[in-house]
Amino acid sequence: MTTTALIAEDEPLLAQALQAELARAWPQLRIVATVGDGASAVREALARKPDVLFFDIRMPGLGGLDAAAQLADEWPEGEPFPALVFVTAYDQYAVQAFEAQAVDYVLKPVQSARLERTVARLQDQLAKRGDAPGLDEAVDRLRHLLSAAPASTRLKVIQASVGNSIRVVPVEDVLVFEAADKYVRVLTAGQEYLIRTPLKDLLPQLDADEFWQVHRGTVVRAAAIDTVTRDEAGKLHLTLRGRPERLAVSRLYAHLFKAM
Amino acid sequence: MSAPPADRTLPPFAGVRIDPRSKARHLLQSWAFCVAIAVFQFALQPDRPFMPSLAYSLSIGTVSWAVIDLGRHFFPSSRETGWPALLPGIVLVALGIAAGYLGGSALGDLLCRTFGWYGAGGAQHAPADHRAALIITTLAGIGITYYFYSVYRGKFLEEEMAEARRHADEARLKLLETQLEPHMLFNTLANLRALIAVDPPRAQRMLDHMIAYLRSTLDASRATTHPLRVEFDRLRDYLELMAIRMGPRLSYELLLPPELAPHPVPTLLLQPLVENAIQHGLEPKVEGGRLTVIARTEGGELVLDVIDTGVGAPAPVTQGHGFGLTQVRERLATLYGPAARLAFEQDPTPGAHVTIRLPLHIA
Repeated sequence: MTTTALIAEDEPLLAQALQAELARAWPQLRIVATVGDGASAVREALARKPDVLFFDIRMPGLGGLDAAAQLADEWPEGEPFPALVFVTAYDQYAVQAFEAQAVDYVLKPVQSARLERTVARLQDQLAKRGDAPGLDEAVDRLRHLLSAAPASTRLKVIQASVGNSIRVVPVEDVLVFEAADKYVRVLTAGQEYLIRTPLKDLLPQLDADEFWQVHRGTVVRAAAIDTVTRDEAGKLHLTLRGRPERLAVSRLYAHLFKAM
Repeated sequence: MSAPPADRTLPPFAGVRIDPRSKARHLLQSWAFCVAIAVFQFALQPDRPFMPSLAYSLSIGTVSWAVIDLGRHFFPSSRETGWPALLPGIVLVALGIAAGYLGGSALGDLLCRTFGWYGAGGAQHAPADHRAALIITTLAGIGITYYFYSVYRGKFLEEEMAEARRHADEARLKLLETQLEPHMLFNTLANLRALIAVDPPRAQRMLDHMIAYLRSTLDASRATTHPLRVEFDRLRDYLELMAIRMGPRLSYELLLPPELAPHPVPTLLLQPLVENAIQHGLEPKVEGGRLTVIARTEGGELVLDVIDTGVGAPAPVTQGHGFGLTQVRERLATLYGPAARLAFEQDPTPGAHVTIRLPLHIA
């Protein structure tokens, strides 16, 4: 059985170059798709189920890390999760995290010798994979990678513009932060505000014990969680005290919820 | 410096800043000038007593100085430069001379009477003396005001030049930062490495653009302006590198009419705007888009447009802050004052549109 791979890289020449280098270092590898953005990478990976993924970290729309997280979330249970290799020109935090989590990565410009080592490791990994699902492990590593952002000062209040004025909302009143297109929806017991600070910039400023990330785009106040239920498809959903919404829990964060 | 609460009750003079040391220096210089006039008068008419001349001269000089040198700060047009505009300036000098002549004469007369400087002959005020005093006051008032103004103007222009140079250096440093930003640098090098294998002539062209792009920051010349042609060449170098990196996701067009090519513009003025359009507009957009830079004239002004069809800007940029827009604005204000403007528009179609208007210098 031949090994298959998918390349996600937004710069066409670099995608070509990686493919050429791989052809030299691993002639048996078949590239089943080359895509230029994160959303296409998730779609193609789900459709073609390759054995290896090469994901560039910075891509338009969805970046490599987020694309991998979304893929892990939507990956069918029981199927072996692909081996992940991240590709980056320079991302200090990410590289440190890759080292810590033993996740494979290559630096651009891709050097033949470095790629050969990666290939050897991948072949080893795929040979040993056998019938082990690998999904739980991948989910675990990705969760750690995504939380690698350095902690910063605690946010005390949210400032949201409402018409011509600024409404100041104490963080202790907030139940949910939810990413919505270019905005973040901030939900309190009775109100809803829109702010423009991206969720990934807000997250390091929130107390991780107080606020739990339950999905790529959702952060909830842990103390306000009422029920967590599993539907027929195996997906988790939660409800909050004081809010009518039913919020999806991603596979990445399902570990947060187990009966004591 | 925190504004005193009294500002609220004195809005017309809120911005008045008077430096006591420079005022004292001006007063002393005025007095030296007055003493010189009195000595000159005494030399012409040695039969007249010296003290009344000196008392009149100093009194008139002091009153004129007070009105002109202190009064000039209270004109709205001197808020920034310290000197009023031409017409209010003439009115101020005329006012200072009149006040100096009337008030100063009265003060001089009072001093002479009090201290008995008129001597045995008492006060002699022939009509010819009044005329002479008026002429001397007028000429001296205009002369010394002009002297102070030209000294100040030289200093002001020097400061302006230093400011312009500082802005040009800042623009160059900012570009250097972009060039050495690891993602820009390593991705560009990775593309170059890939091209060397598959298309050496194209790799060579890419390297040429990269060299020219790097040279623009390391250039030893400290010019504050350069021709539009050079500015567009630098943009082309940068855009060529980005076009190779982004492939079909980026298309661009630089429109420079030949008659505008030699027109001087501040160095690297458009560079940060084009970088913004790429970094925050087109790079994050999955399908990419188009960047257009246009130089044109409109209503006697030079108009420069940077238009992209990217994702559009987040809130802070729409309000004109951040992403280097503030620096570009500051730079325009230093070099052209209110004659230059920068406008940021979020077109109804997705994307962004920055327009700069400058005074047209016809060579």
